[in-house]
Amino acid sequence: MKRTTLDLWVGIFVVAGIGALLFLALKVGNMGAFDSGATYAVNAHFDNIGGLKPRAPVKSAGVVVGRVGEILFDTKNYEAQVVLDIDGRYRFPADSSASIMTSGLLGEQYIALEAGGDPKMLQPGDSLKLTQGAVVLENLIGQFLYNKADEAAAGGTQE
Amino acid sequence: MLDGITRSLRAIGHRVIFSIWRMGVATRFFWLTLLQSGIVLRRPMLVIKEIFSAGVLSLIIILVSGLFVGMVLGLQGYDTLQTYGSEEALGILVALSLVRELGPVVAALLFASRAGSAITAEIGLMKATEQIAAMEMMAVDPVARVVAPRFWGAVISMPLLAALFSAMGIFGGYLVGVVLIGVDEGAFWSQMQAAVDFRDDILNGVIKSVVFGVAVTIIALFEGYDAPPTAEGVSRATTRTVVTSSLAILALDFILTAFMFHGV
Amino acid sequence: MSDNLVEIRDLYFAYSADRMVLQGINLTARRGQVVAIMGNSGCGKTTLFRLIGGALRPTRGILKVDGVSMGELDQAGLYRLRRRMGILFQFGALFTDMTVFDNVAFQLREHTDLPEEVIRDLVLMKLNAVGLRGAQDLLPSELSGGMARRVALARAIALDPALIMYDEPFAGLDPISLGVAGNLIRRLTDTLGLTSLVVTHDVQESLKIVDYVYFVSEGVIVAEGTPAEIKASELPYVHQFVHGEEDGPVPFHYPAADYSRDLELAHA
Repeated sequence: MKRTTLDLWVGIFVVAGIGALLFLALKVGNMGAFDSGATYAVNAHFDNIGGLKPRAPVKSAGVVVGRVGEILFDTKNYEAQVVLDIDGRYRFPADSSASIMTSGLLGEQYIALEAGGDPKMLQPGDSLKLTQGAVVLENLIGQFLYNKADEAAAGGTQE
Repeated sequence: MLDGITRSLRAIGHRVIFSIWRMGVATRFFWLTLLQSGIVLRRPMLVIKEIFSAGVLSLIIILVSGLFVGMVLGLQGYDTLQTYGSEEALGILVALSLVRELGPVVAALLFASRAGSAITAEIGLMKATEQIAAMEMMAVDPVARVVAPRFWGAVISMPLLAALFSAMGIFGGYLVGVVLIGVDEGAFWSQMQAAVDFRDDILNGVIKSVVFGVAVTIIALFEGYDAPPTAEGVSRATTRTVVTSSLAILALDFILTAFMFHGV
Repeated sequence: MSDNLVEIRDLYFAYSADRMVLQGINLTARRGQVVAIMGNSGCGKTTLFRLIGGALRPTRGILKVDGVSMGELDQAGLYRLRRRMGILFQFGALFTDMTVFDNVAFQLREHTDLPEEVIRDLVLMKLNAVGLRGAQDLLPSELSGGMARRVALARAIALDPALIMYDEPFAGLDPISLGVAGNLIRRLTDTLGLTSLVVTHDVQESLKIVDYVYFVSEGVIVAEGTPAEIKASELPYVHQFVHGEEDGPVPFHYPAADYSRDLELAHA
């Protein structure tokens, strides 16, 4: 087949375009981080997940070690069931604990994994025993006001 | 008085019916184009030629615009973020706005005015000079020979152009933010990488650009194919291509964004 | 095989119900003939061509090309038949994004699996027949009007069709190109064994080369005959047409109200 300058230009264009896509995927996005590797699923139950979203990061000591997979509602205990997809490279003790945290005051919510001391490691499909749900700001404020009111009432009777 | 109202109401009704009618014809035209797309695989040279005229010839305007849009984002973003003391988030701001919105949308708008209008004008002129009729008389289906290769050439080019636009824009933001203003380079890239998700942001951006590409191209092809075969008809069709496809891009962008970033 | 390549009997055609364009046309073109269809502008000549080419369907009547009735063909059959027809559009309708060579090669590449060397030989032969072998690398925009029409002719005969239709082949040509085009039509018809249908209003040039002439006016055939018969004809319409008279059966004035009343002379 005859090769023309037109083919060359189209070739350059396609290569540059795919290059830009790769740049976006690897350098700008986080695909290079671990999306390619195998993950294993671990369950965690929370009484309240707050504003947690699927694909939110799972961090341990501040390092992203996985992502939130599915979020379900467990009708047996009326709790939230969260599936965590943990990077296959990282293993955690079976008694590790998970808590839902907020990055900054109003930032995104993520799950923090705290490693335990059990020599047995978490297996795929296991459930985390120790969990700490999201702190709901309204409840916190309500509690605070309630305590203040209590204090004031106690002070009032004393006088 | 009443007569005038009925007359204008009737005119509006006519316009509405006419537009819906045209929409139906355009849909049938789109379907016909897809049906005749086998030629694309049998004769790839035809598509390569159209990638050249749709993609390569739009390259300069896309690259230059991308660079400037990114540089403006860098300046404006820095100005705003600085008040909250979070300049390192500049990378996130530049990358997310480009990858999610500005890349696909602005690249598609530029593509509509550069390649879309060219497609309409070319096909309209081919019709006006009886080239389409001649092709039909030579027992060659013009939808297969003329329309389908242009469709696929443009649809393939569009996501590549959008990616180049975004990459160029991020480079522009980097130039202004890091090189010129002096935001920390490590923070710029690492924060960006932590915040930009491959599936949620980049892949959705690519999907957007493909959808826009299909919309712009089919509008451009249809306007050209449907244009009255006169100089005036072709020039009006070219204008209509740019206006209609720009509106379509923005409306589709709203719909797609609503689906992609607000669903759980 | 019938001797008549094109046979039209009582053909009626209307774009919309209230405007009959053709009203009972009878026309025959025998194999090997050059047949001219003449008439003033807007008489339905081009419509007739589009009917023969199958771009339009007859409202009523019989239209047979090569023994096949055009009204009953499906898309595939129509495309098969069209490969046996060539049409020369008024201004050539060359593909503006291809060279002269690629234009002529177009049908060979679309419809055959011939190797490129064979296509090259065929194209050069066709281009040589119209005297433009040397112009093979030019683009249509670099050609004069007469050359563009000759290239279009080479393109129309690329697949050796049985029938060629010429839509106004003489319009807008200088006297030299005119003679060249006329002779070319006659010579190609004779040497390639074609049948040619020529729509024209260039009476003098076409009477030199054609075998038979039909005069169309207002959707009906008003006169027919060999060139000699036409020249001798005493019919007022033919006389006006052949001699280019200003007023006659085809009036100079568009129908209008009484002249003196329009100028309001009646009040004076």
